Amino acid sequence: MLFRLATVCISSLLMLLLVGCGASSGDSASSNIKLQGSGASFPAPLYGRWFKEYSTATAGVKVDYQAKGSGGGIKDFIEHTVDFAASDAAMNDEEIAQAKPGVVMLPMTAGSVVLAYNLAEFKQPLKLSREAYSKIFLGQISNWNDPAIAAANAGTALPDLPITVVHRADSSGTTFVVTNHLSAMSREFADGPGVGKSVNWPESDKFIASPKNDGVTATVMQTPGAIGYVEFGFAEQAKLPMAELENKSGNYVAPTLENAKAALAGVEMPADMRAWLPDPEGAQAYPIVSYTWLLCYTEYDEAEKAAALKQLVAWCLSEGQKSSAEMGYVPLPENVVSAVKAQLDSIH
Amino acid sequence: MTSKTTPTRSIAAEPSVYEIASDRAFRSLTWLFAWLMVALVLYIVYEVAGKAMPAIREHGLSFVTGTTWDLQGNEFGVLPEIWGTLYSSLLALAIGGFFGVSIAIFLTQDFLPTKLELAFKNIVELLAAIPSVVYGLWGIFVVIPMMRPIANWLHAHLDWIPLFGTSLSGPGMLPAALVLSIMILPTVSAISRDALSSVPSKLKEAAVGLGATRWEAILGVILPTASTGIFGALVLGFGRALGETMALAMLVGNSNQMNISLFSPGNTLAALLANHFPEAGASEEPVLMFAALILLAITLLVNICGAVILKQTSKRMRGARK
Repeated sequence: MLFRLATVCISSLLMLLLVGCGASSGDSASSNIKLQGSGASFPAPLYGRWFKEYSTATAGVKVDYQAKGSGGGIKDFIEHTVDFAASDAAMNDEEIAQAKPGVVMLPMTAGSVVLAYNLAEFKQPLKLSREAYSKIFLGQISNWNDPAIAAANAGTALPDLPITVVHRADSSGTTFVVTNHLSAMSREFADGPGVGKSVNWPESDKFIASPKNDGVTATVMQTPGAIGYVEFGFAEQAKLPMAELENKSGNYVAPTLENAKAALAGVEMPADMRAWLPDPEGAQAYPIVSYTWLLCYTEYDEAEKAAALKQLVAWCLSEGQKSSAEMGYVPLPENVVSAVKAQLDSIH
Repeated sequence: MTSKTTPTRSIAAEPSVYEIASDRAFRSLTWLFAWLMVALVLYIVYEVAGKAMPAIREHGLSFVTGTTWDLQGNEFGVLPEIWGTLYSSLLALAIGGFFGVSIAIFLTQDFLPTKLELAFKNIVELLAAIPSVVYGLWGIFVVIPMMRPIANWLHAHLDWIPLFGTSLSGPGMLPAALVLSIMILPTVSAISRDALSSVPSKLKEAAVGLGATRWEAILGVILPTASTGIFGALVLGFGRALGETMALAMLVGNSNQMNISLFSPGNTLAALLANHFPEAGASEEPVLMFAALILLAITLLVNICGAVILKQTSKRMRGARK
């Protein structure tokens, strides 16, 4: 009986698969141009929506994006297995030298990384001073009732609970953004763990690593006294409280869209579009914000492909930006949009 | 005497040319596939070792004894991961092995009506069909919260015992080992069940006839007779635990340290590979391949040790307990 049931299930699954394959192959047969991309998982929900909307609006173009992570995207890009890639950390000089024939880096959107925490009894939003959160990630502040945390949170008593720091186990653009910020503001962090997509965190049984953004989110959710860094969207979706961080000007700011925009506004976009925001200026600037880039080749073998890609990017910069905010991302400032559009001319 | 019109042939009849040919073909085919398997394993080892070569040359033995994993500083060591792999697997084997064999005894020694036995058997085997990620999520959302009060109590009152030396942060060795033990349960119980049910019923009847009680017959006659099979089940279960990836990556804490405490986070080789491979750059890949090679070596060593012990014990364990 059980066996028969299993057979029925499997055969119906197979049927579904066959039907699915048939449908998709029919699609690709009618389209002439297929753009293949891979890379960062952080903007993947937004890219997914953009590419789908663009494909339905433009007959004959199909965009396929695989969210395998920033590092994987850059690797694919260098090995020429994709038409474009995406990364949360722009390529470094060594990687650029490897990419033939050349690379155009285009910021597409931006996002903030938040410190999500789990303190059931603590109701008001937690405020963390620059000293407090840099020392938490160095393992030097290890209990929630530490005076350095209490000083900024007058009014409510903090629990006597060990701090469990949750960080990423896999190599990740998010880790790069956070460590870049921590290193910019703390000499000790720069000399210790340093900046990287995967760094050597302090050894302690209160430092726990989880795979991917969802892994960190789940672990923070399940661990009383935990604090971890995740992309804004993940924390918001999981309804995790996010800490207000002290920025360069000394104000405590929440990771809202306006504050992230304020951080971007203070940055001048250089000619190669690699703008780092390790410690943004501005009274309302949220401190941990980063652009995320689309990587394109300067030259394509097929002129049609280059033209399609340019059109796609142009669409994302105009139409696409409207849906950014809705999905928890920060739309690019006007001056950046025009700078990126100007960069498009260098793709052939 | 059968008439010539009926085509039924006696067993004693000479095999036809077709039978001989198909027999030979089948034999050479299985022979071919058996050697292909060996070749495949060797090819995998060759390929992994080849990719690991730059790292083997650069780090050598210090890779096995080192305790840091620092991509920036180009310093790599997997001693904590080796420790974590063995520690979590042994814990899982201790828990899962005990329960797996108990379930096998329960399901084969007429404790239950046949229909119920069949139902239980299928349920235990269904555990093998649950994907690793689901086990991981179940561990995070069910096992850890359930364990937290007990673990914190043990740490608060018995922290002089090294096993309870740290408080449970969440992910750690014990949650990982507990979930792992459930994952190896179907393997252990299914194979031990086969071993137990293939013990000739005459043996048990004879023991009972000599005045042995049910438990004396089970412990004194049936278990020793089936011990080779049960031991094989344990080795296979251990092998499964060594290589388990996703559930461990989610539950073990991925912390690069060695600690005897059950509640402390740790790391395993398989989890290390799962976490670092997707985004590994050109410099990290050989190092990860080296780690994979070590995992392969450990699994091979466990299997060889298992086979040797199996051979030794099977000589002595045949027959009744003295």
